Amino acid sequence: MKNMKSKTLFNLIALSAALAISAIGCRHTPQKTSTIYGTAHPVNPNAMPIDNSQPMPNPNGNGIITTPAGGGPLPAGGFAGWAANSDILADQTIHFDYDKSAIKAHEQPKLDAVADYLKNHAGIAVRVEGNCDERGTEEYNRSLGERRALAARERLVQAGVDPSRLDIITYGKDKPVDPGHDESAFAKNRRDDFVVLTPPGQ
Amino acid sequence: MIIRMNSRYFTTIIIIAVLGVLGAPGLRAQETLEVSHQTKLGIPPTPITISGFSGEVASVLKFDLTVMGFISVPAGSANYELSGNNAGNVTGQLDLVGDASQSRAGGAINTSGPRSVLFSRSYQGGSLRAQAHRLADDVVLKITGVNGIAEVNGQISKIAFKAENNTGGEIYVADFDGHNPMPATQDHSIVAAPCWVPGHFALYYTSYKLGPPCVFYQDLRTGTRRNFANYPGLIGSAAVSPDGRKVAMILGKGGSVNLYVGDADGGDVKQLTFTTEDNSSPCWSPDGQWICFASKVNERRALSKVPAEGGAMERIPTGGVSNPSEPDWSPDGKMIAFTSQYLGGFNICVVPAEGGIATPLVSGEDPSWSPNSRTLVYVRRGSGGNRTLSLLDVPTKQVKDVPRVSGSSNSQPSWAR
Repeated sequence: MKNMKSKTLFNLIALSAALAISAIGCRHTPQKTSTIYGTAHPVNPNAMPIDNSQPMPNPNGNGIITTPAGGGPLPAGGFAGWAANSDILADQTIHFDYDKSAIKAHEQPKLDAVADYLKNHAGIAVRVEGNCDERGTEEYNRSLGERRALAARERLVQAGVDPSRLDIITYGKDKPVDPGHDESAFAKNRRDDFVVLTPPGQ
Repeated sequence: MIIRMNSRYFTTIIIIAVLGVLGAPGLRAQETLEVSHQTKLGIPPTPITISGFSGEVASVLKFDLTVMGFISVPAGSANYELSGNNAGNVTGQLDLVGDASQSRAGGAINTSGPRSVLFSRSYQGGSLRAQAHRLADDVVLKITGVNGIAEVNGQISKIAFKAENNTGGEIYVADFDGHNPMPATQDHSIVAAPCWVPGHFALYYTSYKLGPPCVFYQDLRTGTRRNFANYPGLIGSAAVSPDGRKVAMILGKGGSVNLYVGDADGGDVKQLTFTTEDNSSPCWSPDGQWICFASKVNERRALSKVPAEGGAMERIPTGGVSNPSEPDWSPDGKMIAFTSQYLGGFNICVVPAEGGIATPLVSGEDPSWSPNSRTLVYVRRGSGGNRTLSLLDVPTKQVKDVPRVSGSSNSQPSWAR
């Protein structure tokens, strides 16, 4: 510490001297040339296939503690290649209060209808799509939309649906149904949509 | 000249010399922390006159100096005078006239007293823009003792952001002032939350290209990218640790939305929070010890932090403002910038990193610190609903919009460190 201080003092004196000297001699003459190195980087937006050969990280690897949640952990695998139909269950869309992911009591019959549809149609799956109004920041809403989708999933599992037949996705505030900026638009946009997924070849 | 120099002038020189020594690269962080600038808020900008430059160079100098705490004033009304020209290359000279100690504190301008040359130099190579940026940084370093924001490691400082239009969103990379925008993606799908790998020309970002949200790693030099993490449910808000070895992210795979941290290659993922509430927007403390994020505590939104190695979650108080989210820890470790929300309005705020009374600065969202911890890039909502990126000089609250990518709404900026 002492050494550091004396070093600093030495530097200070040396620099003051250098500065004083330079102040005498160089009034209007550029004394230093500063070279700028190349600044253009290529940013290549083309030809970028997604490399999916990366081994998938072990979901049960070190340090994982599974949070007990109503719906349980999400099954791996996904529904890539399944056909999506958002019309069949369009009437069952449920809505949420501002900044909440709790299912409102009067929405339960719609969830029962979704569960019944799954029970009556073997082989299909349902994707719950969570959405938010534009209030709230983007990534906050992405998390909130996930919680809304998880909340509906939890109810469907409680109603007896096999968790492996349920997919979820959050769109945050990226997919409003009403682009307006008033409460009537917000109320429509705070929602879970239910999309029927059919396996390839059916 | 030395003999005629009055004592006040000599004092000024010594102060500059001290700051010059402490701001020099290669010194240990400990020394810098003892004396370097404390981020003071609400200070007036420092007047400077700018003369002799034209066109793009003149506008770059004025822009850069504005977002680094200076204000351009008419000749004769400032202690600092930047003169030069851009005939062929940029040449600039910075003079000190009289005693600037009052003007830097916002007091009266006293231009009586000797004139001295603080530096005089010419620039070559690169574009005229790059030369002008270098000159602006040289001015800031000479006067404040702190590095400017225009260049990092000899390159024009970069930002990444999201540009959205009717066909979807793309990740863009541009100079920090919005010039030279270049698309990093052309997927026409939802994208979100770009994050730089410190010291590398590479990004992590969220993409819905494959259907569900995934985090992609992309090397911007080669254009190659890979799917960084492949889990069911939400994967988002990737944040790379200061040493580049770890990535924090938000995952929904466990059936709740929680904070996780993994290796930069996607392996060895650990869960750090165990709540059934919302968690979003992780960022790292510059020492890599903590991850700060937006959370809920007792049903109320709050900023929290958790040790990167795992441990108890601690709240970071943000007194005086409500609904904090989108934190970004300053690279010097002192401040956390974040977005507060009251009804539908968003404000950019700062709070000491240990928590305390928060200071709202301007209306806007999603702040990201410059490498020198002085300026923020953030999102400003225009009257038509379109969003524009802006730069905010935190101590003086001076703001400059950056050009928007044509026909789009720009958001979620990340400043390369």
